[in-house]
Amino acid sequence: MAKLTIADLKKIKEKVHAEMSLRDGDRRVKITVHMGTCGIASGAREVLDTLLQEIAQANVNDIFVTTSGCMGLCSREPLVTVEILNQDPIKYEYMNPNKIRQVFKRHILDGEIQLPFVLARGTEITK
Amino acid sequence: MLELAAHILDIAENSVRAGARLIEIGIAEDTASDSLSIEIIDDGQGMNQEEIKKVLDPFYTTKTVRRVGLGLPLLADAARRSGGHLNLESQEGKGTTVRATFGLNHVDRQPMGNIISTLIVLIAGNSDVDFFFKYRHNDRQSEFDTRIIRHEIEDVSINHPEILKYIRGVLDEGFSEIKPEA
Repeated sequence: MAKLTIADLKKIKEKVHAEMSLRDGDRRVKITVHMGTCGIASGAREVLDTLLQEIAQANVNDIFVTTSGCMGLCSREPLVTVEILNQDPIKYEYMNPNKIRQVFKRHILDGEIQLPFVLARGTEITK
Repeated sequence: MLELAAHILDIAENSVRAGARLIEIGIAEDTASDSLSIEIIDDGQGMNQEEIKKVLDPFYTTKTVRRVGLGLPLLADAARRSGGHLNLESQEGKGTTVRATFGLNHVDRQPMGNIISTLIVLIAGNSDVDFFFKYRHNDRQSEFDTRIIRHEIEDVSINHPEILKYIRGVLDEGFSEIKPEA
């Protein structure tokens, strides 16, 4: 494979620009992966990496992914919070690459909450 | 923590929480001196003398949701187990530098693990922070700077899937050139 250059990056930029004008890139979903020491030690990085690859594969541009710190429930990590516009946030516990794939396909894309993995509905109070 | 790349992610997340705008991550492998060093430099809020003394205590944390803070103690322990040590420098208002050294061929040194995944996760999860990454293996070196990417892509977000795919490709190429030992 030829080496990736800045020129390739420019091409990608042009392509993304063209797509942006065709579709609206409003943020419909925000996904937070809790990335404290506890989360990282129990596999949060692999969960987020899987999520990024799923998003790329699904070719959607209304999903925003971010990380946050520990929220004090270290024994239930990796924790992922899914916030869909105009809906209560859902917290998923004990995530792994396979479970997050299921959550992505069934909940985020199809709107069906994956109850067996849910820790809670709503959000924690961050102190 | 099973790999050094996970420690790096953890310490860099500390930097993010400290409000850093730029985080420099440097890894250097020297076969001749049998050493591996990892350096994480940030321009966050820094710590005072009092805090510096306390951060290596696993029962010290700035968080209120739990009573332990294991990130730095775990890294210090990982370094010590391989015959290395952890060095911490910090100035309030200036930033913090964490430097850990390891015995490169020590049997108890944790493997480097998936450093590309660590970097992608850092960039994707903290799209407003810049990262400068340097990996040296003896005389071969590879560098990556999100500021250069950001300059080129203008208004496109750095965590856009297409851009992340490009970054992954660039990092892959860099590593296959320097052939890391760890």
